[in-house]
Amino acid sequence: MSDVLVIGAGPAGLHAASRALDAGAEVTVLDAHDLVGGQFWRHLPDDRAAADEAQLHHGWKSFQQLRVRLEEHPRCRVLTGTEVWAIEPEEHGAAARVHALSGPSGALRREEVLLTPERLVLATGAHDRVLPFPGWDLPGVFSAGAAQALAKAERVAVGERVLVAGAGPFLLATAASLIATGATVVGVHEAAGPSALCRGWLSRPWELASSARKLTELAAYVTGHLRHRIPYVAGSAVIAAEGNGRVESVRVTRLDRDWRPVARTERDIAVDAVAVSHGFTPRLELAIAAGCAITADRFVAVDARQATTVPGVYAAGELTGIGGMALSAVEGAIAGLEAAGGVIPRQLLAERARQRAFAIRLERAHGIRPGWTDWLCDDTTICRCEDVPFGALSLTEGATQSLRAAKLSTRAGLGSCQGRTCGRTVEEILRQSPGLLGTTTTDQRPIAAPVRLGEFARE
Amino acid sequence: MVSRRMPPAADPTRPPSDVPITITLDGTPYTGTAGQTLAGVLLGAGRLSWRTSPGGASRGVFCGIGVCFDCIATVNDACDVRLCQRRAVDGDRVVSQGLDAPLPLRSAGTRPAHGVADV
Amino acid sequence: MHVVIVGAGIVGAACARRLAADGHDVTIVDRGGAAGGTSASGEGNLLLSDKEPGAELELAQFSARLWGELPNALAGETGRVPAIEYDAKGGLVVALTDEGAHALGQFASGQSGAGVDARPITPGEARRYEPWLSDRVTGAVFYPQDAQVQPAAATLALLESATDGGARLLQGHEVLGPLLDSAGTLTGVRTSRGQVSADRVLIAAGPWSGAVAERLGVRLPVLPRRGMILVTTRMPRRILHKVYDADYVGAVTSDDADLQVSSVVESTAAGTVLIGSSRQRTGFDDTLQVVALRRIAARAIRLFPFLADVPMMRSYGGFRPYLPDHLPVIGADPRLPGLWHATGHEGAGIGLSLGTAELVADLMAGRQCTIDPAPFAPDRPSLAPHLEAEVA
Ligand SMILES: Cc1cc2nc3c(=O)[nH]c(=O)nc-3n(C[C@H](O)[C@H](O)[C@H](O)COP(=O)(O)OP(=O)(O)OC[C@H]3O[C@@H](n4cnc5c(N)ncnc54)[C@H](O)[C@@H]3O)c2cc1C
Ligand SMILES: Cc1cc2nc3c(=O)[nH]c(=O)nc-3n(C[C@H](O)[C@H](O)[C@H](O)COP(=O)(O)OP(=O)(O)OC[C@H]3O[C@@H](n4cnc5c(N)ncnc54)[C@H](O)[C@@H]3O)c2cc1C
Ligand code: FES
Repeated sequence: MSDVLVIGAGPAGLHAASRALDAGAEVTVLDAHDLVGGQFWRHLPDDRAAADEAQLHHGWKSFQQLRVRLEEHPRCRVLTGTEVWAIEPEEHGAAARVHALSGPSGALRREEVLLTPERLVLATGAHDRVLPFPGWDLPGVFSAGAAQALAKAERVAVGERVLVAGAGPFLLATAASLIATGATVVGVHEAAGPSALCRGWLSRPWELASSARKLTELAAYVTGHLRHRIPYVAGSAVIAAEGNGRVESVRVTRLDRDWRPVARTERDIAVDAVAVSHGFTPRLELAIAAGCAITADRFVAVDARQATTVPGVYAAGELTGIGGMALSAVEGAIAGLEAAGGVIPRQLLAERARQRAFAIRLERAHGIRPGWTDWLCDDTTICRCEDVPFGALSLTEGATQSLRAAKLSTRAGLGSCQGRTCGRTVEEILRQSPGLLGTTTTDQRPIAAPVRLGEFARE
Repeated sequence: MVSRRMPPAADPTRPPSDVPITITLDGTPYTGTAGQTLAGVLLGAGRLSWRTSPGGASRGVFCGIGVCFDCIATVNDACDVRLCQRRAVDGDRVVSQGLDAPLPLRSAGTRPAHGVADV
Repeated sequence: MHVVIVGAGIVGAACARRLAADGHDVTIVDRGGAAGGTSASGEGNLLLSDKEPGAELELAQFSARLWGELPNALAGETGRVPAIEYDAKGGLVVALTDEGAHALGQFASGQSGAGVDARPITPGEARRYEPWLSDRVTGAVFYPQDAQVQPAAATLALLESATDGGARLLQGHEVLGPLLDSAGTLTGVRTSRGQVSADRVLIAAGPWSGAVAERLGVRLPVLPRRGMILVTTRMPRRILHKVYDADYVGAVTSDDADLQVSSVVESTAAGTVLIGSSRQRTGFDDTLQVVALRRIAARAIRLFPFLADVPMMRSYGGFRPYLPDHLPVIGADPRLPGLWHATGHEGAGIGLSLGTAELVADLMAGRQCTIDPAPFAPDRPSLAPHLEAEVA
């Protein structure tokens, strides 16, 4: 009987754990959050569970079944509130050495958890990518994921009049949750223009039929939008947020197909909050620390069986490509079965192929275009932790082309979040000028989460 | 008030009625319901920001999922706690970070630092 | 004279600045981006306190004077105030045992004899210098000449001064081989993006200097010695000096391949605390080693107990370039006419870079050097046995 550790209890991790149990493995699944479900099924804690919580979720019933199964299965251990802070490659039989700490987030001393599993499934998911714009660091500007998480897991609306902006179908999900939390959504502004949407989605975002589940999901969002008469504006972006101490209005503008603002199309809209997301960035640090190869488009490289380049280590979900819950789930299922030495049914592979086709459309329709940097001003904050403005990163030709040296001399990406929020943006800005050399990226973070010295010190 | 928590009675998902808990932020009390995170309590009560960035800007919740570290504060004397990840416990003392001027870095070496008891 | 410098780290940058000032036509080539190597992977301690009397200390003392003058000099050369975070904050070396205090006292009195300002102070005084210091300190020496700089920023500032002075910087140019004339004299380098001809080729390629030398046809046994550092989050508390435990002294000169750990604890201008570092010979393997972090952290907490509650947010590290006799190699290589070296500064290359550049400039000009260059010569006796397996 093999032993399998799954890191991340989102759709990918939960399915991986469940299938590994099917195949007879001894399974541990752990997650930094104190509830399972990942980003997709963020929910109220048990002592506050709502009677009709399913309204806020897709696939709620299957999530409940998964959760109960894992929690009650004799061969399964679910460790929530357990954050992995380091992974070391391991030579002797185990897939890796996993260092985690268990306890309330940020507590002074949490309990050390050291695991050396035979097989490791990485399912650490992704976080929102938010492109900066003037005023994006004003209170009242949230990532769409934050608006979503607060709506689902707190029943808190980030504002009363909220504008949702960025790119991707996730904006629709966010708008729907905001409405279900009593907010007024004043508009959904999608950066991708109508022609990109047509190319990616055939004609309209909700008409993609290759993924049945995705279709009903989108249809539900869209009928919700119609009922609430929410304007959906394609080829439009928020290029500034303004207000005294907090956001009071946003400036929206039309974009050309490269996401360059079109002159004289600006208009101000009064809001008290903005929810923004331009896509997702995979949380690669643990995979990199484990030694897994990363693809050119910056996801964990996996083969047909979700195996990474490190023996015994598998990856699934948003780590291997952004494609939504259904793709994460089926990749997780394959990874879990494979890690436990099970047989992979053909229909799982077919389902994954279908979902990947969907992911490709998603990227084609909503992928970030290079013109967005045109809406930055010299004093626009790029690195929120260290308050590094765009001007400081506008390095001319002849400046260092080392990412590391540029970061150290501007402090961009050196703050508490360690470049999670600004890293990709900093790289893109520097790549435009003066250009970057070498293989270093902002995804390398050997310390995957902050740890107090007293929690790991040992003579 | 801008951000706010939906009152259970008006909530179509029918959560249970509140079990009030009170926390303080820099001494000011904020009331929420059991099961919320500290950030949830503050936002739910209309408080949007609490930290000051190195450049003097206000920061509150940005990512909501423990990734951006905008929301950090000192909780019961432990610094740098992500409020969006920490469940609130009745009586939690939250102190905002970034307001206190750092002690000067420069020193002639021979100058004893201020505020130090002799030994 | 046209000089090609291989490596845009702090040593190459400092040499470029000095050689350009002497009127040489200087080209710096680096396979990556400027200041992206070791000089961006370590700390910026400019120390006298850790060095025993001898040639390295002399070079360090010479360099320390130059560092003190550098901020003003750079401002004059570039017209900008350099943001190199130079801070002559002084070093505080403490012992935590009675034997340690005794050894430290002896070490310091030897240094005093060599002109180092080393001031033994009582534990009580040490805690007035450093309010958060452990009350278990048994002895301390204060070194007012120890200073600190932000090494990547300093490298870039030196390069800027060099290019302002006429030097050319070629990034993304990897040196692949030599250009030789019929007499076998080195006349330049072949790079991944074309040839660069020169009268002199100066290797300043840090821990990769051995590989570069080999490509040019000579053997140079520069080896990597790994170091890991940890960085805390920002905090309002400041550690006012460079503080470390006396064991550091042993680690610097030791030949032991196993993991050694010492803790130099210092606040940076941003308010983070840097704690480093480990010393280990594992080739160029850069995978994280939790055991090293654990020990570095434990040492730091022994010095400053409050650090136990402070979060570490990052760890990084690099490879110190060292030679078997633990001295840098500076000067012309008699085995290959036209080839020069300025490398192998181990854990002190930031500090020693400025003095190294002066020596290189004086030697190239045939001027009298300020300090004796013989101990660093490529043909010094202590290095000779290691150079034998010549490739050319
Ligand atoms: C805030 C947010 C909300 C989202 N909401 C929706 C939505 O409503 N609808 C939709 O279609 N898509 C949504 N998405 C997109 C979502 O990422 C995918 O649909 C789906 O959740 C991906 O599943 P996954 O299993 O790959 O990863 P995730 O669901 O992201 O799960 C990854 C898990 O890994 C854990 N983890 C990461 N690092 C560590 C570590 N070091 N130690 C321990 N645990 C760790 C995380 O806590 C997380 O629970 C959202 C994304 C975000 C960021
Ligand atoms: C953890 C750690 C802590 C340290 N702490 C201190 C300290 O506190 N104080 C101190 O003084 N020193 C310290 N050091 C040592 C110091 O960092 C080094 O001695 C110094 O940076 C070496 O500088 P360099 O210019 O020789 O090499 P590097 O900075 O490594 O520069 C060499 C350059 O050569 C380039 N190169 C390599 N091969 C080729 C090729 N084939 N073609 C073209 N270019 C090439 C590289 O890309 C690189 O940019 C520390 C080192 C480490 C690792
Ligand atoms: S809001 Fe981003 S970490 Fe809490």
